[in-house]
Amino acid sequence: MKIWVNSKEVETAAVSLASLVEELSLPTQGIAVAVENRMVPRTQWEACALSEGMRVVVVKAACGG
Amino acid sequence: MPPGGRYARQEALAEIGVGGQEKLRRARVLVVGAGGLGSPVALYLAGAGVGRLTLVDDDVVSLSNLHRQVLYAENEVGRAKVEAARSRLLSLNSEVEVEACGVRLTADNAVALVQAHDVVVDACDNYATRYVVGDACAAWGKPYVYGAIEGFRGQVAVLCAAPRFRTYRDLFPDEAALRAMRPFKGVAGMTAAVVGGVQAHEVMKLVCGYGETLAGRLWTIDLRTMESYVLDI
Repeated sequence: MKIWVNSKEVETAAVSLASLVEELSLPTQGIAVAVENRMVPRTQWEACALSEGMRVVVVKAACGG
Repeated sequence: MPPGGRYARQEALAEIGVGGQEKLRRARVLVVGAGGLGSPVALYLAGAGVGRLTLVDDDVVSLSNLHRQVLYAENEVGRAKVEAARSRLLSLNSEVEVEACGVRLTADNAVALVQAHDVVVDACDNYATRYVVGDACAAWGKPYVYGAIEGFRGQVAVLCAAPRFRTYRDLFPDEAALRAMRPFKGVAGMTAAVVGGVQAHEVMKLVCGYGETLAGRLWTIDLRTMESYVLDI
């Protein structure tokens, strides 16, 4: 199915947010992930089901000032 | 309101007006970090007439600061940042009080500093201090305007504030992992300008009480593509 990751359309076999993070080889720490503009805590990544056209945003932590 | 008064152009805004200006005059704002973000934050808040600003930073001005830390000039290299900043801010607006606090914010002094102010702005440059500031603001329910930059990317959130009270740990729970990271130090000056400007304006919204703040929401921007999101935390 196709979903959006940040502004890019991505073809994925992942059915959960946890498997998407793995599929994209994202680090599991130091990022925050939102689905449909809502942050999903890491403890809920496994339970967060993805479906066609969903919008996922990955935010990398930053600390510069 | 005198037509050419110092604050005439912002008092002319219905969202601010004379009432909002008085709220700004009475506001006490703590700015943690007087670097890339702290520079625009402090300059715009002093310009806007925030009555009391406290700057906390234990660093001195260096040449590699000047492309983004617009508070400082070449002849101030080597000078304590908070002292140079205080001079600059008072020359911009002699009506405001600026306290220069040339120390590092730690778990020992954070609570006293946070308690003595109405709003806290996080403009620091490391994860350790962010967790200390975030925890103190969460414990005392003090509105915490978070901002961070790296390269061309920036993010701002209003934490520990109604109507959607979220903490820094809600956003980034991995303290140990983040503190162990070696952050990339490259940054465009304009990233600091954009993000610091947004932080200063969130302070103005919180103090004057207009619009919708980023309470419980994270705003992100990538200046390379102008891709931007507002995400519920």
